[in-house]
Amino acid sequence: MLREITLGQYYQAESVIHKLDPRVKLSGTLIYIVSLFCVKGIAGLAVATAFLFLVIKISKVPFRFMVKGLKAILILMLITGVFNLFLTPGEPLVRFWIFKITAEGIKNALIMIIRLSYLILGTSIMTLTTTPNQLTDGMEKALTPLGKIGVPVHAVAMMMSIALRFIPILIEETDKIMKAQMARGADFESGNLLKRVKNMIPLLVPLFISAFRRADDLAMAMEARCYHGGSGRTKMKPLHYEKRDGFSYLFLLLYFSLVILCRIWLPWPQ
Amino acid sequence: MSIIKARQLVHEYIRRDEEGNVESIDTALDHIDLDVSEGQFIAVLGHNGSGKSTLAKHINALLTPTEGTLWVDGKDVSEEENIFPVRQTAGMVFQNPDNQIIASVVEEDVAFGPENIGVPTDEIWARVAESLSAVGMVKYRQHSPNKLSGGQKQRIAIAGVLAMQPKCIVLDEPTAMLDPNGRREVIRTAHELNKKKGVTIILITHYMEEVVNADKVYVMDKGKIVLKGTPREIFSQVDKLKQYRLDVPQMTILAHLLRQSGIRIPLGILTRQELLEAILNIC
Amino acid sequence: MSIILDKVNYVYSADTSDRIQALKDINLELKDGQFIGVIGHTGSGKSTLVQHLNGLMKATSGAIYFNGRDIYEEDYNLRELRSKVGLVFQYPEHQLFETTIFDDVSFGPKNQNLSKEEAGLRAFEALRSVGLPEELYYQSPFDLSGGQKRRVAIAGVLAMRPEVLILDEPTAGLDPAGRDEILDLVARMHKERGITVILVSHSMEDVAKYVERIIVMNQGSVMLDGTPRDVFAHYRELEVVGLAAPQVTYLMHELREHGIMVDTGATTIEEARATLLEALMGLDAGRRDIYLEGNHA
Repeated sequence: MLREITLGQYYQAESVIHKLDPRVKLSGTLIYIVSLFCVKGIAGLAVATAFLFLVIKISKVPFRFMVKGLKAILILMLITGVFNLFLTPGEPLVRFWIFKITAEGIKNALIMIIRLSYLILGTSIMTLTTTPNQLTDGMEKALTPLGKIGVPVHAVAMMMSIALRFIPILIEETDKIMKAQMARGADFESGNLLKRVKNMIPLLVPLFISAFRRADDLAMAMEARCYHGGSGRTKMKPLHYEKRDGFSYLFLLLYFSLVILCRIWLPWPQ
Repeated sequence: MSIIKARQLVHEYIRRDEEGNVESIDTALDHIDLDVSEGQFIAVLGHNGSGKSTLAKHINALLTPTEGTLWVDGKDVSEEENIFPVRQTAGMVFQNPDNQIIASVVEEDVAFGPENIGVPTDEIWARVAESLSAVGMVKYRQHSPNKLSGGQKQRIAIAGVLAMQPKCIVLDEPTAMLDPNGRREVIRTAHELNKKKGVTIILITHYMEEVVNADKVYVMDKGKIVLKGTPREIFSQVDKLKQYRLDVPQMTILAHLLRQSGIRIPLGILTRQELLEAILNIC
Repeated sequence: MSIILDKVNYVYSADTSDRIQALKDINLELKDGQFIGVIGHTGSGKSTLVQHLNGLMKATSGAIYFNGRDIYEEDYNLRELRSKVGLVFQYPEHQLFETTIFDDVSFGPKNQNLSKEEAGLRAFEALRSVGLPEELYYQSPFDLSGGQKRRVAIAGVLAMRPEVLILDEPTAGLDPAGRDEILDLVARMHKERGITVILVSHSMEDVAKYVERIIVMNQGSVMLDGTPRDVFAHYRELEVVGLAAPQVTYLMHELREHGIMVDTGATTIEEARATLLEALMGLDAGRRDIYLEGNHA
């Protein structure tokens, strides 16, 4: 039952986007998110849309994979849309009972829904084209300067990559313990909330014990292989920029300037 | 020259209560003397709790002696500055295959050790390739460790140690959690490394079949080394091994029983071939 | 009364590219009171098979009858089935969770909705039968040794008084003495309580010594099913699929090839010894004293 949950949603394909340095993709995603909140007017929106669909096209990830991510926040989008629709003040177009719908409301609701879905799609491009490990590496390298002010960047990155490795193992273990307790008559499905929480104890206690035992073992195995933190460490796959990464940064800059220019010169309609 | 030398090695696990008073002392190693020459294949046998894992952890400087001295390649493991050189000289493979693989991609896991000791990137690639081919796992280099069998995971763990170019590898019950096929894979790999690369192997186990081809066998009980010798010498002492909660290869027991019934079978039969020949000899 | 499997199939991730058929057309009758060994290597389907017997996994197609009733019937009480078909998982000590051994063993009976007294009584009985010293009953299960923890975990299933006891690799990770203790314990359960015992293992030697029937699983199908003697007679076929008969079987066949008239059906050391003595002692009486040491002649 738990087996079906897969973590990270990497989609294997040969594309330029896949090959980009994870740092480019991280900053690209960040820039895109910021740009979505700077967009003003139909021209800017068109630029953001064109950019998004161009990148999706290049990434060779089928569009239906992208849309999967949208389903998860469908409810959130609807709620945001409804709130904007009914609660934006202005000249009412339609009015019934205590509700009124204004032209601004329709506009706001539309913009919010578009922003949210573009935000999700934009982030999906990153997670679909970058393995979790590359992401961790990228984050570690990008955040290295923070190490100078005492942020344990390497340790955090190491913890993240270990977590990625052990999550599937612990999921499988949960499955196993659950079955073993069910064989002793445990019931994880019925009863009220309080009872259900109480029924989880036979699952959670062994799971925590096992996680701690694994952590202990792993720490020892890492020590045995001379692990002593990030200092003096080399890398098998060090990150360094290629030409394509430089072009991508340029392209990002161009895109962002365009969005800003549209905001200044063509902010129509508001 | 001995690569591992122990003199009067003692290790005590001390349990303290909340106030820090000593509650109990458990002597896991009790005045151990050990000499292992370079290139040997050594097996250490003992039941669970006999102290064999504690001994293994000393060789890798994961534990330090309470009393006595242990030298690995001439370096005293108790000295702080020797810890990393010792760990590089004597690599260690543990029992649970899942809990010693760090990375989510096979080749990156093998690279973990060399990365820690600051090997340059190009050389890491060379070492990873060489180590993976030594354990026969090259074609899995891009795989996730989660999809491999237990025996394959242990071979990855061995490759990870090998990539640090150790002189000696300590395998601490590497087969306890594997099925018979996985067990054979791991033991075969250990023997190959010993023969082809001259790596000293210290195999800690409680499966008798695995030590038949070792150069020397040590038997531990209650923290002491109680028997040592060639496999043949050790397995000729069937009753003593039983007393130390160990068992004996099936063929050795059968030979022992036949001898007890008065059939003249020589002492120290280890394999089926040997017993077959012994029986044919007297016919 | 028995468990009957009728054309049981089980398929993992049926509609994806990594579709795996873990069980293929399994037909079996597991009779009351038998001591059965299920053998096969990792991935042969043996663990999947036993998890079907207590309804933890549901067959993709086919039927399973316990004591004559189809367990996939709508109103069939699966929780009751699980208390009658006790399943001890691999490394069962990893499921201990209570603060005392006694409470942990009582978990099963409590889930059967028995009174507190009755549950306690069954826990006591189970702990006594696995031979755990009484002074440990109210201690934490986490302070025990590996072998003791495993006994407690087995007691946790026994306390439900199952009619069938299934053990999945009960000796994994134990040392030789621990292994013998657990197997002897299981054999005693079978003898004293007369319950059906199903022992899942990949060690031919262990199984040959104890069970009366061996089921060999390979790639999701039943490959061989019979007495140890019958099954090991197919030692060459076992070899092909990466399993091996006990060493003794090989020795007997090799001796036979060299003209020594031993019983090739011997599967345990004791049987081998008996037939060897007979074959060797039965040789030409004139030469016999050569083989015998002084005190025996």
